[in-house]
Amino acid sequence: MMTVPITDAALEAGLRDLRVRAPATVGFGALVDLGLADRYAAIDTALGRAFVAWNGRGISWVGQAPDAAAFEARFRAEVGRDIGPADALPERLAHAVSRRLAGDRRVRIPLDLRGHTPFEVAVWMKALEIPRGEVRPYGWVAAEIGKPRAVRAVGTALAHNPVPLVVPCHRVVRSDGTIGQYSMGGPDAKRRVLGAEGLDTRALEANAAAGRRYTGSDTTHIVCHPTCRDARRVTDRHRVHFPSLDAAAQAGYRPCKHCRPVALAA
Amino acid sequence: MDTDAALAGRLAKDLGAGFPDLVDQHRDRLYTIALRLLGDRRDAEEVAQDALVRAFRAMQGYGPERIVALRLRPWLASITVNLSRNRRRRADDRQPPSHLEPMLDAGFDVAIDGRSGPEHRAGRHETQRELAAALLRLTPSVRAAIVLRHVDGLSVAETAQALGRPEGTIKAQVHRGLRELRAVLEAEAAQPASRRIKTHAGRLLPALEAIR
Repeated sequence: MMTVPITDAALEAGLRDLRVRAPATVGFGALVDLGLADRYAAIDTALGRAFVAWNGRGISWVGQAPDAAAFEARFRAEVGRDIGPADALPERLAHAVSRRLAGDRRVRIPLDLRGHTPFEVAVWMKALEIPRGEVRPYGWVAAEIGKPRAVRAVGTALAHNPVPLVVPCHRVVRSDGTIGQYSMGGPDAKRRVLGAEGLDTRALEANAAAGRRYTGSDTTHIVCHPTCRDARRVTDRHRVHFPSLDAAAQAGYRPCKHCRPVALAA
Repeated sequence: MDTDAALAGRLAKDLGAGFPDLVDQHRDRLYTIALRLLGDRRDAEEVAQDALVRAFRAMQGYGPERIVALRLRPWLASITVNLSRNRRRRADDRQPPSHLEPMLDAGFDVAIDGRSGPEHRAGRHETQRELAAALLRLTPSVRAAIVLRHVDGLSVAETAQALGRPEGTIKAQVHRGLRELRAVLEAEAAQPASRRIKTHAGRLLPALEAIR
């Protein structure tokens, strides 16, 4: 049988005893909501399992690691925020990520790109516009964001893309048509992602090596990047290749309005 | 409190960098306040988390001088009390619990925390549980005064500041609260032994075990 506290002192001691510890989710959940900490979960990608981190502002990091602990350590070191595991992405983010990876560019995907320069963000936003299964040269990105001479800086910005696959930096290749570097595992990984998107990277690289940088149609007299969907619709009989945009212009071809090819310095 | 003043200073300098420390130092007490006001663990989790988020957003709108001057303990308590009040108002469409058993039947969690060492015997758990349940039977304004003053341990002045009431009112409400709690607990103890055994051993203890 319990003893009943009757004195004020006993009652007050009993009330103090009602203090409890908050579940771990309480404080951490608030930090995540505010973008001061992140959660992460694993997703399946063309490159196998990858980890996705997010907070109340959006997707903040995508990366591969041997295991969850290694991913956490890398995130803490590079981003400088605390991170904790979750079972899965929140439904809204999971939907947006899977639609994006499937090539749907209409679905809005919130990204947390704080701490990066406006130039880097402009490069990444431009990469988001490249359709699945197509590639554009670094110089094209530079020209499109109004910095035609910043080709090398575009390459650096793409190498620092914190959300690879979600922001498809793999769809940007070297201006000479070779596949170029890739932060998620080098050129081979880049070929694999592009291959999974339906792009024949071997043909692309063979054409580039042979100096066939632009593709035109002799019926429309329009010239495209070789992977532009308009160029790929041209039948073999009517397809023509050009080493440069100048050569195409001299032959009376005008640039495609979809892929907007530009003359490349490199 | 010294640590609070130092924390406020750091928050004023760099809100984002200092805020995780605020969370570390205050999350348990904000959760406790919400739990003792509402009696439900999940509601308390949401209220405590929401209180922290709102505190951050409020400070984002303050200048550094205003953040430095914040008395964090009563200020955070007042945010938590207000959010708990809003949540209870929404929940008031449901029948308010008026007795221990129906409250437990309705899924209200009036339990103590998970400590289960040998020194925390069933008798002590029982006292805590009954006290937590008795708190929920006080009127909301008296309950808030008791929870801030005696569970959280704010001074009378801080409690008055947090609740926006005069100190004299707080003193009277705390006095009244202690008197009513004592009355409830004495009435519980005066129940016939047969009923106590049936309810506690047969029903409440398993419920308690399930929570632990």
